[in-house]
Amino acid sequence: MADTNYDLIVLGSGPGGYVAAIRAAQLGLKTAIVERELLGGICLNWGCIPTKALLRSAEIYHYMQNAGAYGLKAAEISADIDAVVKRSRGVAKQLNQGVTHLMKKHKITVHMGEGKLTAPGKLEVKGEKGTETLTAKNIIVATGARARDLPFAPADGKRIWTYRHALVPPEMPKKLLVIGSGAIGIEFASFYKDMGAEVTVVEMLDRVVPVEDADISAFLEKSLKKQGMTILTGAGVEELKATATGVSAKIKTKDGKTETSEFSHAIVAIGIVPNTENIGLEALGVKTTKGHIDTDAMCRTNVPGLWAIGDVTAPPWLAHKAMHESVIAVEAIAGNHPHAMDVRNIPGCTYCRPQIASVGLTEAKAKELGYEVKAGTFPFMGNGKAIALGEAEGFTKTVFDAKTGELLGAHMIGAEVTELIQGYTIGKTAELVEDDFIGTVFPHPTLSETMHEGVLAAFGRPLHI
Amino acid sequence: MPIELKMPALSPTMEEGTLAKWLVKEGDTVQSGDLLAEIETDKATMEYEAIDDGVIAQILIPAGTDNVKVGTVIAVITGEGEDAGTAKAAPAPAAKAEAAPAAPAPTPAPAAAPAPAPAAAPAALAASGDRIKASPLAKRLAASQGIDLSTLTGTGPGGRIVKADLEGAPTAAPAATASASPAAPAASAPIMTSEAIPDFGIPHEDTKLSGMRKTIARRLTESMQQSPHIYLTVDIRLDALLKLRGELNASLESRGVKLSVNDMLIKALAVALERVPACNVSFGGDVMRQYSRADISVAVSIPGGLITPIITDAGGKSMSKISTEMGELAAKAKEGKLQPAEYQGGTASISNMGMMGIKQFTAVINPPQGMIMAIGAGEKRPYVVDDALAIATVMSATGSFDHRAIDGADGALLMKTFKELVENPLGLVA
Repeated sequence: MADTNYDLIVLGSGPGGYVAAIRAAQLGLKTAIVERELLGGICLNWGCIPTKALLRSAEIYHYMQNAGAYGLKAAEISADIDAVVKRSRGVAKQLNQGVTHLMKKHKITVHMGEGKLTAPGKLEVKGEKGTETLTAKNIIVATGARARDLPFAPADGKRIWTYRHALVPPEMPKKLLVIGSGAIGIEFASFYKDMGAEVTVVEMLDRVVPVEDADISAFLEKSLKKQGMTILTGAGVEELKATATGVSAKIKTKDGKTETSEFSHAIVAIGIVPNTENIGLEALGVKTTKGHIDTDAMCRTNVPGLWAIGDVTAPPWLAHKAMHESVIAVEAIAGNHPHAMDVRNIPGCTYCRPQIASVGLTEAKAKELGYEVKAGTFPFMGNGKAIALGEAEGFTKTVFDAKTGELLGAHMIGAEVTELIQGYTIGKTAELVEDDFIGTVFPHPTLSETMHEGVLAAFGRPLHI
Repeated sequence: MPIELKMPALSPTMEEGTLAKWLVKEGDTVQSGDLLAEIETDKATMEYEAIDDGVIAQILIPAGTDNVKVGTVIAVITGEGEDAGTAKAAPAPAAKAEAAPAAPAPTPAPAAAPAPAPAAAPAALAASGDRIKASPLAKRLAASQGIDLSTLTGTGPGGRIVKADLEGAPTAAPAATASASPAAPAASAPIMTSEAIPDFGIPHEDTKLSGMRKTIARRLTESMQQSPHIYLTVDIRLDALLKLRGELNASLESRGVKLSVNDMLIKALAVALERVPACNVSFGGDVMRQYSRADISVAVSIPGGLITPIITDAGGKSMSKISTEMGELAAKAKEGKLQPAEYQGGTASISNMGMMGIKQFTAVINPPQGMIMAIGAGEKRPYVVDDALAIATVMSATGSFDHRAIDGADGALLMKTFKELVENPLGLVA
């Protein structure tokens, strides 16, 4: 029998799990990883990465359609959804193989199969070749999450989709209903709109992307409406039925009226459910809150030797949060003293058109917490590079603590802001104060200059407006 | 002219304290001698009196603020009829200027208040040398609040001091005040942080450490880490001492004095130290300090901890005087009203757990002292008297000695002398 006793077993190989395994191997721990489906998990097979591939196609298609604005001519432009999806799958496959290679390179044993905790330090893996029992002093649960279904209309993959179906659509939707305007809903709405579909977004709360700053929500809604999208906020879908030709949705709108509308397809993006079933958590008495595993700042569960990271734990449910937690947990397991993560320093990115990126507190939240706030906004319209790019739509907003000069939050919407937010994130993590941002030289001409101006604006001294 | 009230140094070694409570509010008229605030130091709560007459124009440090550095402006008083508004503007830059020099570590704390503290000087060593890693925000907050960053433990990346460390977060364990020791360069004690206690899901509650608890933790850790202890135990027959106590108390009754065994043992220890001066010392790293007087610190248990009021020159005092003083000091200690001079110093300590029935124990030396005497319970034991088994009242006493300063033979001589004094107690009366 092969040696199945490890220093560390990681259950789940998503961005949290595989990074945990790599860091553990780097620290000299004998490490195994258990995966039931595909190495890399949702993120790079069915989430972050393949959607970015799709969105890139949609973006280029959008540029081609607007070639005239740049003095160019493009004729006979059309989109081939099958080819676009094929490219996206190719990207996912490439990264999946990349993870396989990384596991091999770090001598991490991969056990394919369904893992289940049977006792502290013991994990049973049911694979194709039978069942084996692995043991380890420490086990990290990184099983992630999946899409939440509408209770009255579970996704069927034909007419009613989750993100997963939307990534490999059976056909190009003509008239799409997107339920939920969080990051996932809005990204697919944006993708299919740019690909030529008629899109309606239904959001239960009073604004789209409700976790973002209210200014961002308002700006995005205006921008999406201008693109021709129908946005229904404060509205709920009360009935959703697949028909022979599409879906029929009964929608209760803001003013209390109920209307039934027909769509060709619907995407349900109303949140996630943690994958905590059938992995043996109950038997070990692992504590959870609303289904998500409770952990301390070092990612320990209440069961000694059992750790949990990523979407299966508390929010925010983001791949980079899982990756960072994985390193914290593994360092703690190895006896090092990692510093705990501050959720206020975790940025969030949404890759719709225009893009959204933010970190920290919204202005409203900061005020609610009792901060005396200094906030300012700088429009992309005042940025030379944005105008040259033909991307003058957007703004950068910063929120500072008036008393201490601490950056409480930064909120951006516009071209490439997802690539820019890291600047504020570094500053926030390093606890830079307004003088540090003001005293930094930003290269000209770049979109990043709006970050400088966004800080200056908070202190009433923007230069280009 | 507005008058700035600064955090007072309530003892020579005090560097910071907790502003426990304001007894006045903005707008109150105060006269010299009025009580303004209660300030908690590492060992006691002290009252802060007004020296000037005027109106409290502004309170700058709110009640409950920990680690307020000596010299920090805590409030502003204006003269009668003066415009409080103009005074309000004044203190801000003043406070800043005051605090600023505190940030770059190597400078000793700007002790604006009285009492130059020669003994505390070596404490400055702690701050020198290493670069202090702190975030720009932490530096700014420290400067504005007059916090000395060198007293903080950083919890950010690579031990960097971050904002949370200044907010009295559980991880912020300030290394607290300077040791009075000329020897110990106030090395920051490795006090555990709450992070270090794993949470096994056991129901619990975390309570923030009091200044006294932090000091106890730091000093005892320091003592055990820095002073190699040796322990010497003797059994001492108490019958003669108890008999003398009975006789003395009978004659002292009219004066309202009642000697305890402990009062007599304080005297005995002091006299023993005078006779064996090699044990009445402090180890000073490169010097040995020989005391020419025996001041005995007496461990007194108080709510939330322990304090050691001092009987100064116990060897030179009568037992009745020791008894009276001890009664007063113990009462003050229990109310938290001891003045720093009453509990700081001492050349040796005595700790008595006899009343709890403890037969014998070893105590931790109270640095920079060289020894501590641990007294067990006096109890009837089978005892050999004149080669015959008899019953005698006997107690075990254990001396802990700082072996860097005190050789075993000297320690043994002290124990022998102490035993003889207790067993032939007339020497204590003489």
